[in-house]
Amino acid sequence: MKVGVITFPGTLDDRDAQRAVRLAGHEPVALWHGEHDLHGVDALVLPGGFSYGDYLRCGAIAALSPIMTEVVDAANRGMPVLGICNGFQMLAEAHLLPGGLVRNETGLFVRRDQRLRVERTDTAWTNRFDEGQEIVIPLKNGEGRFVATPEEVERLEGEGLVAFRYLGENPNGSIDDIAGLSNAAGNVVGLMPHPEHAVELGFGPTTTRMKAGLDGLEIFKSALEAVAA
Amino acid sequence: MALIVVDVMPKAEILDPQGKAVSRALARLGHEAVGDVRVGKRFELRIDGDVTDALLEQVRTVADEVLANTVIEDVVGVHVVDEAEVGK
Repeated sequence: MKVGVITFPGTLDDRDAQRAVRLAGHEPVALWHGEHDLHGVDALVLPGGFSYGDYLRCGAIAALSPIMTEVVDAANRGMPVLGICNGFQMLAEAHLLPGGLVRNETGLFVRRDQRLRVERTDTAWTNRFDEGQEIVIPLKNGEGRFVATPEEVERLEGEGLVAFRYLGENPNGSIDDIAGLSNAAGNVVGLMPHPEHAVELGFGPTTTRMKAGLDGLEIFKSALEAVAA
Repeated sequence: MALIVVDVMPKAEILDPQGKAVSRALARLGHEAVGDVRVGKRFELRIDGDVTDALLEQVRTVADEVLANTVIEDVVGVHVVDEAEVGK
């Protein structure tokens, strides 16, 4: 299975995402923002970082990149698409996911191993979890506060589109503790925490043992099973 | 030559931590008359030809679709600045 990882100017975690795909047992394909070509991949990852230096708004200029035409088409055809952190911001800017992400309520950049609850398990990226399962994924962002109009929040809560919710202290003031969202079909998922940083023993978040957290790997395996099915 | 100026502000109901930090700094400096501060953006679009109604309409669309994200921001003004005033 081929999973495309798109690099934009200012992307940081593309190599980590490629490594996560590899550790999940599949073939990462490096894709470039300036092309109109997905190179025949079966799924897509929009990785984290600071595309275009967060100019204009986080993810806004990346969302207008040439390759995003193909990404939006593929997403609308049902291809699994995962947006991580800056990638989530791009999916919101491209209107593939509702709402927006703005500066953290405290004004501070937050880095921590974050507990999350998996709220929706019938998506391409969460189908290996049990509903309500608690996982730990590293979080690192300055503009991760999810906002939307009250009507929009009511709609997405009503339709069960929240994929992940923060547990414990809300790190950024996100409405309803929303950490990640999915589209109605479940093929598009965006989240602020970084699953690609929880895929290998010795390099993950500290859970039962130091740096032993592997919960992120399940997200990358999920998509591949979704494609196989 | 003219400029089209587009002003964008964070939506009123969205907390603006930047504005809050400025407001706190002003209070610390003793500017007691100043209450809340909100920080927005000003875009200056340099126009080579004439500013027609059609062009202005095009800019309004760009303002709503690109310069602002209307989920979190409002376009609060689109106005033309005359050639004579450009650079002043």
